[in-house]
Amino acid sequence: MIAADKVRTLLQDALPGARVEVEDLTGTSDHFKALIVAPQFAGKSRIERHQLVYAALHEEMKGPIHALSLVTKTPEEHTA
Amino acid sequence: MSDATTRIKDLVEQTPVLLFMKGTRSFPQCGFSAKVVDVLKREGVTFETVNVLADPAVRDGIKAFSNWPTIPQLYIKGKFIGGCDIVSEMAATGELDKELLAAGLK
Repeated sequence: MIAADKVRTLLQDALPGARVEVEDLTGTSDHFKALIVAPQFAGKSRIERHQLVYAALHEEMKGPIHALSLVTKTPEEHTA
Repeated sequence: MSDATTRIKDLVEQTPVLLFMKGTRSFPQCGFSAKVVDVLKREGVTFETVNVLADPAVRDGIKAFSNWPTIPQLYIKGKFIGGCDIVSEMAATGELDKELLAAGLK
């Protein structure tokens, strides 16, 4: 288990300047949904964006996080 | 290469549309796997599935193979397409249809 706030902090530390929203989908602190709006995603494919996110949560993905649904946008895409 | 990695590589290269999932297409054991099965059925393509829950070596091996820590994982003509979020998004935008058409599978 991991708190949604902790997930958000890890993502914000890995992607400075990103806007991160993390929702605990089940109330059990292991299934999350995240919206990440980050300038670092520019020019990257969906797979590369998700891999950036997974890299930031490398240890957590091995156990505490069972499921993580991701929406990854650049600031331009998000406001479009 | 480990035995599991060799098996994964062979499977991915030899199967036009391949889904690594939890459970089977008839009895998915995870909502995300079930969702991708539904997407593929709606696309109307023939696809094979591998139940990672039945094979721990494949379950771990596939994550290393694609540098992707989660299941399900979809492969088309040997290319890693993505997990549930990406496949669903591509289905919604019509990109998945294009990918399948380009691969000569539709």
